[in-house]
Formats: sequence, structure tokens, C-alpha cells
Amino acid sequence: AWHCPYGILTRKNENNMQNALLENYREQVEYHLSKYPEGQQRSAVMPLLYIAQEHYGHVTQDGIEDIAEILDMDPTQVKSIAGFYTMYREKPKGKVWLHVCTDLPCALRGADEFYHELIDELGIEDGGTTEDGMFTAEHVMCLGACDRAPMLQANFRFHEHLDMDKMRDLMAKWRDDVNAALSPTDYGEEVGFKEAN
Amino acid sequence: MDKHILLRELDTPDIHKFDVYSANGGWEGLKKALSMEPSEVIDLIKASNLRGRGGAGFPTGVKWSFIPQSEPIKYFVINADESEPGTFKDRQLMENNPYQLIEGTLIGAYAIQATAAYIYLRGEYWEMGMQLDRCIEKLREEGIIGENIFGSGFDIDMYTHLGAGAYICGEESALLNSLEGLLGQPRVRPPFPANKGGGLYKEPTVVNNVETMANVPWIMVNGADAYKAVGTEKSSGTKVFCLSGDIANPGNYELPLGTSVRELLFDYGGGAKDGREFKALLPSGASGPIIPLTDEVLDTEMTYEAFAALGTVLGSASFILLDDTRDIAWAASKMAKFFHHESCGKCTPCREGTYWIDKVMDRIMSGQATQKDVDNVFDVAGNIQGMTLCALGEFAANPILATIKNFPEDFAEYTNQTAVEPVAEPEPAAGD
Ligand SMILES: Cc1cc2nc3c(=O)[nH]c(=O)nc-3n(C[C@H](O)[C@H](O)[C@H](O)COP(=O)(O)O)c2cc1C
Ligand code: SF4
Ligand code: FES
Repeated sequence: AWHCPYGILTRKNENNMQNALLENYREQVEYHLSKYPEGQQRSAVMPLLYIAQEHYGHVTQDGIEDIAEILDMDPTQVKSIAGFYTMYREKPKGKVWLHVCTDLPCALRGADEFYHELIDELGIEDGGTTEDGMFTAEHVMCLGACDRAPMLQANFRFHEHLDMDKMRDLMAKWRDDVNAALSPTDYGEEVGFKEAN
Repeated sequence: MDKHILLRELDTPDIHKFDVYSANGGWEGLKKALSMEPSEVIDLIKASNLRGRGGAGFPTGVKWSFIPQSEPIKYFVINADESEPGTFKDRQLMENNPYQLIEGTLIGAYAIQATAAYIYLRGEYWEMGMQLDRCIEKLREEGIIGENIFGSGFDIDMYTHLGAGAYICGEESALLNSLEGLLGQPRVRPPFPANKGGGLYKEPTVVNNVETMANVPWIMVNGADAYKAVGTEKSSGTKVFCLSGDIANPGNYELPLGTSVRELLFDYGGGAKDGREFKALLPSGASGPIIPLTDEVLDTEMTYEAFAALGTVLGSASFILLDDTRDIAWAASKMAKFFHHESCGKCTPCREGTYWIDKVMDRIMSGQATQKDVDNVFDVAGNIQGMTLCALGEFAANPILATIKNFPEDFAEYTNQTAVEPVAEPEPAAGD
């Protein structure tokens, strides 16, 4: 099976290790280090942040220190990189992270209404997490799917041409089995996750 | 289009598969390039008049010719950050025709004698990144990436790198910083990426857009004249146009440059959504000036020159349509939010200006503003122009300047109702 080198699809490992990233993801870490020239290992900070986020659930101080150790960087530098980008979460979030695009092109196709109906139904504010810890919903800028609005990414996977009926079905499925929000077999048909060979 | 140059999956299903791609002319362009001198490849791309599809429209062959051949280490970087609102063309190219992007990249890398190539994708496109990784792995097995490719003596390695959610990383110098593991903020230029000291790891570097590079194999096979025969004299070739917003059939359409706006919007786009009339067009996502969609505009040829003459830009050709029910002031407030969110904060006019514009636009939307606020926000936007380190500052000013200039009545709708005091002096941005 193909293994996502970025850690986005890997499962959480609870072992308490010295350097959890090296212990659990050595192959992935070494792969990323090998992509960049000698002496430029710092380039791997972004892929390693994804792996840390997957391992710890969010980018924790432990994760930052693991990365700093591997890349021989100052932890504060690693932290500032994490803070600069929106896809690294610095706080715990719901099990399913919903990023709903409400940027102009999507808003012209009903995205604002869709988003507000969604957070009303979940009983949360913009950016909030449901009480059961299941869903966090945020509105985000353009995700490159403006022709398929309303749309969102759930744990970074595209779901497009949505309405609240479809959304309720998806959420029921994820409540049943949270792995379905991650599993490649659940991948929407319209987006071509294709066999290259 | 009878036969696509870029969206080839429409003519050849399964072109994303190695065997199908190879059986349909795949690698012919690369083999031809490898049989030529690198400088001859650059000359051919120059002669084809291919211009960058990432927004700026810079001639691609000319960009490659800036790379000093005397330097031993050089890089080729593909910009797949695609984050401009209304843009989803590079995504379709990578999803459906990934080998063509890779072949174009290999040709470009050979032309500048690069030591390695990186494809920088926005993080949200990680699945396309994984697909490209699988393609690259397949090509290593086939001996098309790696050492001595096709027995040419040329060695090349290729990797993907994921961003993590920052529009500014589409700006080429910010992209290079991000790739180096630094904060994704633009660099002071000169030195430019092509110069020693300015590129990736300070080595001479070419940065090209996905769509730009997907054209390259076709040009190698068919020649510069054949490419110039498509499109117009100054705007050669085809372009993928992204249609979004109030349009019946949103999506990507590949058409020769020089096609009329009318043909794109009506023959392909199916006209305005729900049988309404068009009001306005944003031709380059949120970053190019908005224009009223008049008959004159509908009859305009879609070329870089003709759009400049209309007072806007063709840019990435991400057409966002607004129909006659739309409030342009509201659209401006949406774009103000975008640029406020995406300003990287490195220079003051952009950081403070985008904050302030967003704030005043919120006030206008709340119905609490006067004409003075509108004048004020127009001034703030004007003061960003020409004062910033990168073009995001210009982009942020455009939605305000062009909406107020071209659609003043939409703003008057808000300000006529109120008689409250205008907002006072700009306040400093509160750390966001
Ligand atoms: C704020 C900003 C965002 C940009 N975003 C992108 C982008 O997402 N993709 C892209 O190809 N070019 C983008 N560009 C343009 C790049 O800086 C650069 O000009 C382009 O990648 C060059 O490739 P080309 O010559 O093939 O067009 C952006 C520029 C700016 C100022
Ligand atoms: S213009 Fe804006 S985005 Fe560009 S460097 Fe300055 S602050 Fe950053
Ligand atoms: S505006 Fe929502 S995906 Fe582009």
C-alpha cells in the first residue's frame, strides 16, 4: 500500500518515546531529509510539522522539540514556522476538521449560507468545536474548487458540490466511524486520486 | 477546442497513466530536447513566444536565458501553489495530466542544466502531490528521471514539497524561502532568483507555473511556428480559462488566446447563471481590477495586450463573474478580507493598509459609513500602491480602487442612508 510520506494519513501512535518522530516515522523523516541537498535539511521543517501534527494531534511543544532536534534548529524557529501557516494547528481540534471555503467565488454560489447553516446545526461559532469533540468548523479562503461550490475540506480531503443534505449524510458516516473521514476509499469520486501506472 | 494542448484528458481518457501518456506522444518532446544543445532548447521556447501563465505573463524562454551557465548548481522550481481566488486550472492539469507537467519540467531543467527540480504545491493539494510522487517514482524505475536519462548524459532529480496554507507562498521569492524552511515571506530583490545569491539555496533558479510548463512538450514536438500559429501575434498558444461565480457552466476551458470574451462566456460558459445578465468581470481572480461587463468587453479578444487596454489584466485568466443582482461593494469587502488575511506582514503599507481597508469595508457593510469613509479607503488603497516589497500590495489595492471607480453607485447604496461620523485616523493593526 502507498504510504503518505507527509503523515497526513498515518495513524496516531501513543508511545512515549525519546524522539517520537524519529522512533515512529524514521522512514518518512529520512525520506524528507533526502530530498534536499547536503546542509539544507532545514527545508524538511514543513513536512516534519505535518508528521508531528499527525502524531500528536496538533503541533505540540514536544513535536516542536523533536523537529528542532532532528533538524538542528532552534525550537522557537520551528514554532514560528508552524505559526505562519494555516494548516498547522497549534491547539487541539475536533476529530474532523472542516475547512469551508467562503471566499468570493464560492460565496457567489451559496457558500456563506451553507457555512452558517452548518455551524448552526453543529451548534458552534465560527472556528468552534462541538461538545463531543467530533467537529471543528472554520471558514477559509479559496481552496481551488470554486467551480464545485459549496465545498469544504474535511481533514484536508475535498468534498464538493455540497448541500446540507449531503453534509448530514457525511457527518453521520463520520460519527459512525471517524476513520471514514480519513480513509482513501472514502475519497470523493470527482477528484481523481489516480493510479499513475 | 478540437484538440487540446493542455487538458488532454478530454481527448485521450486515462492520459494520467504512464502507458497511455507514453503511447500518445509522451517523452517525444523530452527526447527531442535531449538531442539538442540546451541553448537551442531555450532559443526554441523563446521563438515560440510562450509567456508565463502564473499571472505576470513573462516570456518563458527569456527567463531561462537569464540563468548563468557557468554556475555548477542550478534549480528548476515549479509553482503549484495556486491560491488565487477563482483559480483551479493547475489542479486539473496535475490531477488529469501529471506526466505532461513532469515532461515539461524535465525539458526546462535540461535547458538550464538544472541539478534538481522541485514542485511546490499548496498544502491543500497534497493528494496531487502524492500522485506526482508516484509518477516520479515510476519515472525513476523507467530511467526517465535520475542519472543519464535516455542515455543523454544528463542527470536530474525531482521532488515535491508541500506548502501549508499561505497565499503569499505563490509569490516566487516567498515560495523559495518557504522551500528553504524559512518564513514564507518575499525577499528583497535584487538579487533575482535567476542570479547567484537570489535563487533556491542562493543558486540560480527558474520558477515557472504549472500551466506554463505543461505547454513545453507540445512546443518541442510541434515547433515554435506551430505554437505561434495558435493565438495572436503577441499572445501565442492556448490558455486555460477558469470560470466561476455567476456563470451557468463553471469550470476550466482551454481556448486559443485571442478568442473573444463572448465566445468563452456564452458558447462555453452558457451565459449568466439562472438566465440573468452579467454585470462585472474579475479577469484575474481577486488581484486584477474588476471591470463592468459591457458589450465592448464581450467583443474583446482575450490577450494580454487587449486586457491591458481595458484597464485590467488577463493574469491567470481566472474569470469570476458577477451578475446584475450583485452588490460590488460587498464583493470588495470579501476581497478586502482575503488580502488582509494573506498579507505576510513584512512591510508596513501592506500590513497596515490591508488591515485598515478590511476594517473600513466592514463598517461600510454595516451601513454605518459615510462617503468620507469611502474616500478614505480609496486613499488608503492608493497609498499602498508602489510602496510595497511584493506585488501583493498592488493586488490588495486593486479590488478597492477599481470597485469604487467603476461601481460608485454600489457604495452610495450604503453611504446615502447614514449620517454618522466617519471613522477617524487609521489605527495600528493589532497583532494579527
Ligand atoms: C502574491 C502573489 C501570489 C502569486 N501566486 C502565484 C501562484 O499561486 N501560482 C503561480 O504560478 N504564480 C503565482 N504568482 C506569480 C509568481 O510570483 C511568478 O511570477 C510565477 O510563478 C512565474 O511563473 P510563470 O512565469 O510561469 O508565470 C504570484 C505572485 C504574487 C505576487
Ligand atoms: S506587500 Fe504585503 S505580502 Fe508582500 S511583502 Fe509586503 S507585507 Fe508581505
Ligand atoms: S473560492 Fe472557494 S474554492 Fe475557490
